Amino acid sequence: MSVFINKKTKLIVQGITGRDGSFHAEQMKEYGTNVVGGVTPGKGGSKVAGIPVFNTVEDAVSETGANTSVIYVPPAFAVDAIFEAVGSGIKLVVCITEGVPANEMMKVYPFVKSKGARLIGPNCPGLISPGESKVGIMPGSIVKKGNVGVVSRSGTLTYEAIWALTSNNMGQSTCIGIGGDQVIGTNFIDCLEAFEADRSTKAIVMLGEIGGTDEEDAAKYVKKYVTKPVVSFIAGQAAPPGKRMGHAGAIISGGTGTAKEKIAALNKVGIPVAGSPIEIPGLIKELMKGNKKTVKKTAAKKVAKKKTTNKKKK
Amino acid sequence: MKVHEYQAKEVFDAAGIPVPPGKVVTNPVDAYDLAVEYAKPVMVKSQVHVGGRGKAGGIKYAETPEAAKVLAQKIIGMDIKGLTVKKVLVTVAEDIITESYVGIILDRATKQPVIMVSSAGGVDIEEVAAKTPHKISKLHVDPVVGLKYYQARNLAYKLYREPSQVKKATDIILKLYDVFWNVDASLVEINPLITNTAGEVVAIDAKLNIDDNALYRQKAIAEMRDIDSEDPSEVEAREGDLSFVKLDGNIGCIVNGAGLAMTTMDLVKRYGGDPANFLDIGGSSNPQKVVTAMKIILSDPKVEAILINIFGGITRCDDVANGIVAAFKELKPNVPVVVRLTGTNEEKAKQILKKVNLPFGDTLDDVVKKAIELGKVEVK
Repeated sequence: MSVFINKKTKLIVQGITGRDGSFHAEQMKEYGTNVVGGVTPGKGGSKVAGIPVFNTVEDAVSETGANTSVIYVPPAFAVDAIFEAVGSGIKLVVCITEGVPANEMMKVYPFVKSKGARLIGPNCPGLISPGESKVGIMPGSIVKKGNVGVVSRSGTLTYEAIWALTSNNMGQSTCIGIGGDQVIGTNFIDCLEAFEADRSTKAIVMLGEIGGTDEEDAAKYVKKYVTKPVVSFIAGQAAPPGKRMGHAGAIISGGTGTAKEKIAALNKVGIPVAGSPIEIPGLIKELMKGNKKTVKKTAAKKVAKKKTTNKKKK
Repeated sequence: MKVHEYQAKEVFDAAGIPVPPGKVVTNPVDAYDLAVEYAKPVMVKSQVHVGGRGKAGGIKYAETPEAAKVLAQKIIGMDIKGLTVKKVLVTVAEDIITESYVGIILDRATKQPVIMVSSAGGVDIEEVAAKTPHKISKLHVDPVVGLKYYQARNLAYKLYREPSQVKKATDIILKLYDVFWNVDASLVEINPLITNTAGEVVAIDAKLNIDDNALYRQKAIAEMRDIDSEDPSEVEAREGDLSFVKLDGNIGCIVNGAGLAMTTMDLVKRYGGDPANFLDIGGSSNPQKVVTAMKIILSDPKVEAILINIFGGITRCDDVANGIVAAFKELKPNVPVVVRLTGTNEEKAKQILKKVNLPFGDTLDDVVKKAIELGKVEVK
């Protein structure tokens, strides 16, 4: 089991003849992803790494029955590529492209929603369900099949955390990079909801960073709806306000979006925040042990309560 | 990207939003001449990318051209929150009756632009927002439908009662919304939007931040970038296609990926050091980027050690290693350099780095500690 992508994922690659698109199409295929086609207008009929290329997403979908698309086209064309994928009936679109204008994203998001589709990204590394499917650019060599769900706003920081888990023999159900931009298609809450519902996921790692209030919103959601242990890390504690730290979304403005506020919000709902990615596996282990205790405790309390009420009745 | 007030006013003026006449000058004599030309009292306003200019003494009223000259003399060269004033805007002073606030920002949570207005505008708007948030009215706009006339009018009624002023403010809000979209802004703001004794509604200050991702299609705005007001190392980094922010510490950092670069900085602090910069070489493995990165960091005299942390994914460690070797040949660094390379082609990278015999760290935490330690030794 896994979330969003699995063995049933039939993937097309938009921008498959480009430098990044062709390289990663091959990488995904090697990993075992069912890459059924690619799209580059004007290159229909050719092949990349044995994968058939189509002129339009519409053609690719009708010929192959694809249900997922990954986008590697340049920023000026990325939003049109999202419209095209969703308009052609694709239900999961993963946009890797970095540098997409936020205003364009604001316009495409309602369209994606209206068609009942899901967009992940832009400016993200994509996702991987170890042993099942990889959509995007995450290195397949660092993951291991298991039951920790990973969700992150970053790329290489995600790899760092995944590697820490894998080195400690803690495999992953699915690892999702949701992207570092201001307007993204899928946020922490969407992923938390999916991990909570996924039977193979036993614990969740949420990697946040400065800027916005997604982590704070996620903390509230966890308190209300998530029963599985959640461990976090927040990047950007040493970042000064008002400066863009690489990601468009990572900017502290008007005193909000600081790491301190985020850590406080997470701690408040019982989510431990690691001081370094290397501490994440240890925190998960602790929490999973602790969780059993709390479960027992609450059960014990209930029994005790019943007894006292009984006494009162007497 | 931020633009100066005078540039934002040019954009607003072109969109039909009323702004007082004004021009930017770089010396007191020009300030004098302008005040003579306007034949009215003027404001002399420092043009720096920082808030709270007025409170810092960077905005002054001048009754006469002589006063404008004296004030321009005083303000040009002034230091405001670490930035030196190089230009002042000389603009006709308005006789203010009321001060309001109008701003539009992108709301990440709803993925929509949100318009905010308040009749309690002026220098203390942040305090108003923090202490009396009910004094600020907000409207989320459906980005597909756009802002409708009645919506802008409803907002205008939050500011004024007098029908002609409501009409003028409605018009300004609609035009400001157009500016927001047309220039790919991440923020547009008029604070204050004033009414004067003639009953006019005028934007006497203007703020405009542009989405960096959209600069490729906003050529006119991109040209407004004031390279003079930026740190030269940040300018060089941008030209070298690196994402760089200068900080004050002693440990230079070269990392791939923004999240990991921030994490590396955090760990430097955590283990008792102080990061000298944020630097993300990005996803590509171009060895030249490493050379440029090293050059920029070495130009900072405060740097006592350099830490290179690469988690290879698309970035191939051997390419980075080649960049490091080239940088050593070209720049001959006089501070210790500590490296951690892991992921794609890690073994090849280690072979290549034997040429320069650098201390290696296996984990992120190791390499950070090592860099801090070596930085200290160097000081002694």
